[in-house]
Amino acid sequence: MSSTQTFFPSNAPRGMVYALVDCNNFYVSCERVFAPRLQGRPVVVLSNNDGCIIARSEEAKTLGIAMGEPFHKREPFLRREGVNVFSSNYPLYGDMSARVMEALSRFTPHQEIYSIDECFLGFVPAPDADLLCTARHIRETVRQWTGIPVSVGLAPTKTLAKIANRCAKKDPASKNVCLLGDTTTIKQTLARTDVEDIWGIGRRYARFLHTRGVDTGLDLVRMPRDWVRNHLTVVGLQTVLELDRQPCFVLETTPAPAKSIVCSRSFGRRIRDKQALGEALARHIQRAAERLRAKGLLAHTVRVALETNRFQPGPQYAARRCQTLFHPTDATPALHKAAQGLLDILYRSGFAYQKIGVTLLELVPHNHRQASLFPPAAAETGRQRDLMRTVDHLNTVYGRDTVTWAASGLGPQQWHMRQNHVSPRYTTAWDELPCVG
Amino acid sequence: MDILATGHVQILGPAPLVQKEQQIPLYTARVPAGFPSPADDHLDRPLDLHEYLISNEAATFMVRVSGDSMSGAGILDGDILVVDRSLSPRTGHIVVAVLDGELTVKRLTRRGEQWRLEAAHDGYPPLTVRPEQEFLVWGVVAGVVRRL
Repeated sequence: MSSTQTFFPSNAPRGMVYALVDCNNFYVSCERVFAPRLQGRPVVVLSNNDGCIIARSEEAKTLGIAMGEPFHKREPFLRREGVNVFSSNYPLYGDMSARVMEALSRFTPHQEIYSIDECFLGFVPAPDADLLCTARHIRETVRQWTGIPVSVGLAPTKTLAKIANRCAKKDPASKNVCLLGDTTTIKQTLARTDVEDIWGIGRRYARFLHTRGVDTGLDLVRMPRDWVRNHLTVVGLQTVLELDRQPCFVLETTPAPAKSIVCSRSFGRRIRDKQALGEALARHIQRAAERLRAKGLLAHTVRVALETNRFQPGPQYAARRCQTLFHPTDATPALHKAAQGLLDILYRSGFAYQKIGVTLLELVPHNHRQASLFPPAAAETGRQRDLMRTVDHLNTVYGRDTVTWAASGLGPQQWHMRQNHVSPRYTTAWDELPCVG
Repeated sequence: MDILATGHVQILGPAPLVQKEQQIPLYTARVPAGFPSPADDHLDRPLDLHEYLISNEAATFMVRVSGDSMSGAGILDGDILVVDRSLSPRTGHIVVAVLDGELTVKRLTRRGEQWRLEAAHDGYPPLTVRPEQEFLVWGVVAGVVRRL
């Protein structure tokens, strides 16, 4: 216990109550809102390219379908069992997520959106009964407004709130709400929690801990702090302190500015041809540049990565390479030129490529352009800007790819993503609204 | 709808073609030289249909009507309904309901203990919800949008 004080962060807010709100089987729940006949039936959602199973309804879990299973292996089984299969519909999930987060923001000003389907909320301390009442109110409100069922875990630290949320999900008697408040309840719960299921421990550390006989959360809390720091680093120590009801992780209410923008995707089928790779790359650059401009950023470095499918037989190849631009830019043509140059260097014929990706790095705010010895001609930059703004505007108003670059290829593309089971974009496209009779 | 029924229209003012985020007029100091506009002190935001139709954005969904069962209530085939899920349904409300897994738009009424879904069209008899049927109100219809 000797080093406890040393690592206790002085600015941690004491006495806040943390809630972790997690959407139940989020992608499946989104599909069900607009297709109520799926209620009570087994449903799975697939990853990009219909690769793996990434979301399962309770009924699908009961059938023994595991997370991450390859779809092609399970397809006959799913068909036999009458499981409803969906390709991932990110326009829908993104919109529904924004609605859930907006609904949650009404309950407290202290909100950290942790992922597409998870959110931490901070509350001032209150009697247990009041906290539970708030948690139920949160659940009912989100359910009514958005149709999405959520679970709420409450505790004095974020790490314990994660565990409380797990209990809220797993224990049917909890009705999706769980409070870990007093020491006894926390101890009992930690004794039932495998170290692998603790936020921030990870599979590798969990394996190590098991070899040392540290199997549960309670075992871990009882280890000397020095030992924890030596074997699990400072972050591990903070996790243990959090399990011991000492808050170390605060709410991160303002998202960190983007450090990079990634556009990468597997192909619907293998690609050998350099021109097709170039078209896919151009499409990625177009998307990445749109996102860059929407955030008001400029990129200084472009990275391209190319790879074959290492799970398939045949010759393998993977390579990546960066190029730093003379001036940071957000103009699609300049980024495109750099990316195509990199593809020329990286490309080797004779391979069946699975994936090409682009990453924009060293992002700087648009208004912080560094003084340069050789600044780009102001008139040229201005015209470039106007052009990009016009293109983005047209694509916002009239739909994605109204105006596109010929380099991205015209007509049907052989590299397009496989999405054989995608549902309509119910909430983001006028011609795909749900129909009511 | 009343305005149309009586045959009179009232000019309300311009609406923006493209609504992106909230627009706040900030043009007062745009022209450094010349005469200040006499309207500068009286700037209003342009009329915003989004704001007019939607009071709780997180809970509001649009759905497309198919069929003429609600034509008597001014809801026609192909119309877009603005559905607010945060409103508590009451009898008399036009609602989007789920009946046995299907979405339907009808007027919610009640006879004794039994919920009923009434069409606004002679060809459709009212549906009495039987206890064994799966029934819930999906959302309350707060507006109708139709382009002519």
